Amino acid sequence: MKTLKRAYLALILLFLYVPIAVLILQSFNAGISRAKWEGFSFRWYVQLIQSPNIMQALYVTVTIAILASLISTILGTMAAIGIHAMSKKPQSMMLTLSNIPMTMPDIVTGISLMLLFIFTKMDRGYFTMLLAHITFNTPYVVLSVLPKLKEMNKHSYEAALDLGATPGYALRKVILPAVRPGIITGAMLAFTLSLDDFTISYFTTSPLVQNLSTLIYSEARKGIKPTMNALSALMFVSLLILLLLINRRTAESS
Amino acid sequence: MQEQQKLITLENISKEYDGTVVLEDINLYVRKNEFLTLLGPSGCGKTTTLRIIGGFEKPTTGSVIFDGQDITDLPPYKRRVNTVFQKYALFPHLNVFENIAFGLKVSKRSKEEINERVAQMLDLVNLKEYGKRRVDSLSGGQQQRIAIARALVNEPEVLLLDEPLGALDLKLRKGMQLELKRMQQRLGITFIFVTHDQEEALTMSDTIVVMKDGRIAQIGPPKHIYDEPKSAFIANFIGESNIIRGRMIKDELVNFCGTNFTCVDFGFAKDAQVDVLIRPEDIVIVGEDVGQLVGTVKSVLFKGVHYEMIIDAGGFSWKVHSTSMQPEGSQVGLSIVPFNIHIMKPMEEEELDE
Amino acid sequence: MNNLSIPSWGFWLMGIGFGLFVAMLVHTIRRNRGMKRSFYAWPYTLWMVVFTVLPLVLIAYYAFTDKAGQFTLENFANFWDSNRGMKTQLIAQGFDPEALGMGARGTVNVGTLIYSLWMAFLCTGISLLLGYPAALIMADREFKLGATIVVLFIIPMWMNFLLRTIAWMSLLEDNGLINTLLQSLGFAKLKLMYNSQAVLLGMVYNYLPFMVFPIYNSLNRQDRRLSEAAMDLGANKWTTFWRVIFPISMPGIVSGITMVFMPSVTTFFIPRVLGGGNTEMFGDLIERTFLTADDWNVGSALSLIMMVLILFSLGLLRKVDPEGEGGSLI
Repeated sequence: MKTLKRAYLALILLFLYVPIAVLILQSFNAGISRAKWEGFSFRWYVQLIQSPNIMQALYVTVTIAILASLISTILGTMAAIGIHAMSKKPQSMMLTLSNIPMTMPDIVTGISLMLLFIFTKMDRGYFTMLLAHITFNTPYVVLSVLPKLKEMNKHSYEAALDLGATPGYALRKVILPAVRPGIITGAMLAFTLSLDDFTISYFTTSPLVQNLSTLIYSEARKGIKPTMNALSALMFVSLLILLLLINRRTAESS
Repeated sequence: MQEQQKLITLENISKEYDGTVVLEDINLYVRKNEFLTLLGPSGCGKTTTLRIIGGFEKPTTGSVIFDGQDITDLPPYKRRVNTVFQKYALFPHLNVFENIAFGLKVSKRSKEEINERVAQMLDLVNLKEYGKRRVDSLSGGQQQRIAIARALVNEPEVLLLDEPLGALDLKLRKGMQLELKRMQQRLGITFIFVTHDQEEALTMSDTIVVMKDGRIAQIGPPKHIYDEPKSAFIANFIGESNIIRGRMIKDELVNFCGTNFTCVDFGFAKDAQVDVLIRPEDIVIVGEDVGQLVGTVKSVLFKGVHYEMIIDAGGFSWKVHSTSMQPEGSQVGLSIVPFNIHIMKPMEEEELDE
Repeated sequence: MNNLSIPSWGFWLMGIGFGLFVAMLVHTIRRNRGMKRSFYAWPYTLWMVVFTVLPLVLIAYYAFTDKAGQFTLENFANFWDSNRGMKTQLIAQGFDPEALGMGARGTVNVGTLIYSLWMAFLCTGISLLLGYPAALIMADREFKLGATIVVLFIIPMWMNFLLRTIAWMSLLEDNGLINTLLQSLGFAKLKLMYNSQAVLLGMVYNYLPFMVFPIYNSLNRQDRRLSEAAMDLGANKWTTFWRVIFPISMPGIVSGITMVFMPSVTTFFIPRVLGGGNTEMFGDLIERTFLTADDWNVGSALSLIMMVLILFSLGLLRKVDPEGEGGSLI
C-alpha cells in the first residue's frame, strides 16, 4: 500500500516534470529539431546573448516584475493595515473590491484595462503594462498581509501607544515587524505572478514592447527557437538555486 | 470497595517516539465499574496511556488486556471502549443528532433504534431540544455533553475521558464533575479519566493513578493519596503542603526546625534524612507559650472559607490555613499533632526545588 | 480604435485621477501621524476604482451600446445568433437572408461557450480525480515528505507557462517524442495533437497544482482527533474517510474546483497551441472578437456574459464554503 501510494505520487510528479525535462534537453541540443537529438551543445546559450529581441524582452519582464512587485507591496501593505483598522461594513466592502480582480478571468481583466488605456488615450507600452501588473498584483499582497494582521495581538499596537509611541512609530516598530512574513510572501507572490503573466500583458502592451511571454506567443506561430528554451532553463535553474539558498538560510537560522 | 473483576490490565507498557521515552514500564489494572483517574502534570504520559487503551497508539512494548483478551493490536473501531476527546472533536459537518448517531449508523442500526437511542441520550445530557442544531452553535458545556452522549450511545464497557472539562469555566466544571460522577454510578460503566487538576481527581475518582515523567508515581484511593503521599512530588501535586527536610531520631520521633516532634511513622533508619509533609490545615495556631514552634506572621490572605497565612518559624516559612485570622507581624505559636506529620523518603535536591 | 466615440476629456480624467492618487499617497504618508489607520487604505481604494471598477464600467458600457454609442441589446442578440451582424448587413443592402439560404441562426458563439464549459468541466473533474488522492497521500501524517512534495508541485510553475505548453507539442506531435518511442517499439504512430484530448491534457497539466494545494491544505489542517473519534465510534478506515475526512475537506475541494474551473473556462492559449485551429474556446473567441474582428461591442458583451457566468458559479460555490477558508494558495 505504501509503495503504491509513493508510485502514484511519483507518476503525478513525472507528468509535471516531463515537459520541463524536455525543454531543458532541447536547449542543449545541437540541432534545431524538437524531437531528434543531434548532440550536446551550448550553441543556443551563445545565441541567446546575441539575440537582442530576447534580451530586450528579458529586461522588460524582469524590470516590470521588480517594479510592479515593489509598488504593489507598498500599496498592498498600506491597504491591508487600513482595511484591518476599518469597522465591519467598509471592511467587507473593501474586501469585495479587492476580490474583484482575483475572481475576474485574466482575459477580462486584460481587455478591460486595454479599453481603459485606449479610452484615456494612453499609448500602450511599458508604462501601461506596469500599471496593469500593479493592478493584478496588489490584491494578492493584501490577501497575504491581512491574515498576519489578524493573528497579531489586538492590543500590541495599543500597548505601544500606551507606552508613549507615536502612531507612526508604533506602525514601524510594532505592526510592520509582526506582519513581515506576510509582506514577504505577498511580494514573492507578486513577483512570480508578474514574471509569468501572459494574458494581461498581451492586452496591455504594444507589439513594440514585449515581455518574454508575449514574445514567446508571437513566435509560437513561427516555431519557438531553442534559444528561448535556453533562457527559460537558465531562469528556472536560477530560481531553483535561489530557493535552495533561502531554504538553507532558514534551516541554519532555525 | 469490594474486590471486583479486573477489566483492563496494562502489562509492562512502554512507549517511545523517535527515541524519546514517553512511557516506561506502566503496570496498571482497572476494575469493572471503577472511576479511575490518570493524574499528572502535562507531559507525564497520561494522555498517551489513555490513547493506548483507546487503540490510537500502539505501545512499543507491553500489552493491553481487556476482559482476558489481548487487544494490543486491535484497531480502535473494534474495541468496546469509547472516548470523549480533548476539546470534544465533534464533527463540524454534522448536526447534534447526527453526531450522536454516528456510531449507531456505522454499525448499521435500524432507523427506529437510532432515533430512540439518540433521543434517550439527548435526554440523559439534558439537551432534548438540540438535535437539529449545528454543533458550533453550542456553548462549551453543551458541546461537552454532546461529546459524552456521542460516546455513551454506543454502550461502551469503558469510557475514556481525555481532559474533558479542561475547556470549561470553573463553575461549569464543578457542575459537570458531579454530573459525570452521577452518570457513571447510574450507568455502571467504567470510567478512565485523564486530568491535570488534582481537585477534580480527588472529588471524582475511586482510584487515582499519579503519573510523573512517563512512570506511575502512586496508585490508590483519593484519601490515601492525599494523606499518605509517597513522595514530596505527589504531596506537592495533590493539595497544598509544607515540605521540610528532617531527620529521624528514632521510630515515631522526628527532628526538624531544630525541634523534636512525635509522629506515627516508623521503620526508618536512625538519623535517616527524610521529607516531612504537613498540610497547611493541619497546623494549629496556639499561644506563643504553648506552641511547639514560635514564629511571626508574615502575610495574611483571605481565601473565602479560611485565611492563608505565611508564618516564619524555625527557619522555615510555613503555609497555614485557619479560620481565625492573626494580624500580620504578630507572634504566634504553632502546634502539630503526631498523626498529621507525614514522613516520606527524601527526593533528590533538584526535585524539591521544583 | 475606430469606435472611440468618447472625447479627449477621458485623458484629463485619467490625469486628474493619477495626480489625486499621488497627492493622496504623499498626504497619507506625511500627515497621517495622528490619524486613523484606516486612512492607509485610501490609495489602494482609489487605485482599484480607477483600474478595476472603471474598466468594468467601460466593458458594461460597450456591451450595451452600438458603434454610435446608442443603447442597444443587439450585442447580446449577436451572441445568441452569430450570423446576426451579417444578416443585418444583407437586409440593409436590400437582400433577404432567408431567400439566400443564410437565414439560419449562427451557433458559433453559443456553441463555443458550451464547448468551453464542457472542457472546463472535464478538466476540473480529471484534476479532482487525480489531485484528491495525491493530496490525501501527501497529507497523511505518516508520510513525512508532504511539505516537500508541495514544493515540487510549485516548482514547475516557475517555467514560463507558454513554454511548458509548447513543450507538450514536442512530446505529442506526429514526429514527437512519444510517437518516436512508439515507432521504435514497433507500434503505429498515434494522432495525438490538434484535438480536444490534447487541449484537455494541456489544461489538466497547467491547472492540476491549483486543485492539489487547497485540498492538501484543508486535509492537513483537519483535526486528527476527528478521524480518531470516528474510529473510536466504530468506523473503519473506509467509513471514516467517506463520513468524516471527505466531507470536512469539502471547502478545500470547493476552492480547488474554483481555482481550476475559472481559468480553464477562459483559457485561450492552450487550445491554440495544442488544439491547432480545430478547437476554439470562449477565451479565444473573446480575444478574436476584440483584436481580429475589432468588434468591441460584441466582445464586451461576450466578456460580460463570461463574468456573469463566473460570478454565478462563484455564488453557488460560496454557499458550500461560506467561510472561503479553503481559499489560500500557500
